[in-house]
Amino acid sequence: MNIIIVLVPLIGTIFGVMYYYNSKEFIELLLAQPIKRSSIFLGQYLGVAGSLTLSLVLGLGIPFLLYGLFKSDAIFDFALLLVTGAFLTMIFTALSFNIALSNENKIKGFGYAVLLWLFLAVIYDGLFLMSLIIFKEYPLDTFSLAATMFNPIDLSRTLILLKLDISALLGYTGAIFKQFFGTNQGLIISMLMLLLWTVLPIWRLVFISKKKDF
Amino acid sequence: MIQIENLHKKFGKNEVLKGVDLNIDEGGIFAVLGPNGSGKTTLIKSTLGMVIPNKGSIAVSGMSIKKNWRYRKDINYLPQIANFPGNLKVRELIRMIKDLRQMHSEEEKLIQLFQLEPFLGKKLSTLSGGTKQKVNLVLAFMFDCPLLVLDEPTTGLDPASLISLKELIQKEKENGKTILITSHIMQFVAEVAEEIIYLLEGRIYFKGSIEELKTKTNQADLEHAIAAIATIPTYV
Repeated sequence: MNIIIVLVPLIGTIFGVMYYYNSKEFIELLLAQPIKRSSIFLGQYLGVAGSLTLSLVLGLGIPFLLYGLFKSDAIFDFALLLVTGAFLTMIFTALSFNIALSNENKIKGFGYAVLLWLFLAVIYDGLFLMSLIIFKEYPLDTFSLAATMFNPIDLSRTLILLKLDISALLGYTGAIFKQFFGTNQGLIISMLMLLLWTVLPIWRLVFISKKKDF
Repeated sequence: MIQIENLHKKFGKNEVLKGVDLNIDEGGIFAVLGPNGSGKTTLIKSTLGMVIPNKGSIAVSGMSIKKNWRYRKDINYLPQIANFPGNLKVRELIRMIKDLRQMHSEEEKLIQLFQLEPFLGKKLSTLSGGTKQKVNLVLAFMFDCPLLVLDEPTTGLDPASLISLKELIQKEKENGKTILITSHIMQFVAEVAEEIIYLLEGRIYFKGSIEELKTKTNQADLEHAIAAIATIPTYV
């Protein structure tokens, strides 16, 4: 599970950047044709994100189906894993397209994209833990909840972790998180947050693509 | 056909176009000339909507091109550098563009004219520069559009194809089309073009027929006239 949550964004990021730079000529060819700019870029984005999502869902889904998923009770948790995985793919492909669009230099674009993944997957957690240690005298419930919300990887991880009923391992914080994420309201808010994480980069993608020179 | 008013474009600190006013009437062949970096391609790309101008307005067939994409149905564009997606085959590329335009096309004749049949099943990344340019020409000429924009159409072509290209351009002109050409080969320009638009340092320096240019610069041939034009006070 943890591997999926960390690897899926990495694959989305790398594929997004690579695909954009590889299809630059194609984009230039299409731009001279009577097609709307937003259609070109949204089409490219959906092409990459869609196929990555599909391969994730099929690649994880088929083995589990064969394993006899429908007979077990874990189907809801598993569906949640797939949904968050799909969201993560969409989010990170959109973010990497944004980076690639804003950087003409391929190496720079690649660097920024990998850095973004590294930041959200590893460094963010480190900073988060550090801040919890430094401010341990204060009540941190709301802060940690909010900080989790602002990182799609953390958000997905927490969401799944708490669905798997291992929150008892996390002690008091786990209880608070359980109280929030375990309820339907918490689930809806987190899903909305993931949706926002998807929509905002896509919106920016369309916005900068309209202004860019080729 | 094309109305350009007070067009400005900057790339970073580099001011490429500094207030271009240009009116291109329907019908005829217009050559956009100018030294390297004078803004010819930028001007053409702005008309196509690939480059977004900082200031000024462009209208094609009476329609403003801002936030509009339908006007590109009337334009056939030949890009300067034939950058095609390398993993496509020539046939696939032609079919794809046809599918996008949804118009009647005459690619068969053009493929024959440029002798491209043996290359149809080959990938674009394996083609030579000249063959790529021929594919480029097929894509640009296969639709029947009132406006043709050709950015350096002669690069990499062998003499036989060059003659075919000239015939093709003449034929399109007889059909009453507007053709915009940029080229550095003055002999080619002198043969095909009727009117010259000379760009220098982001402004239009001269606009008129070849004869006008020759009399104004007191030069017998076009090449010398173009070379002399920059040293003489403005004519616009």
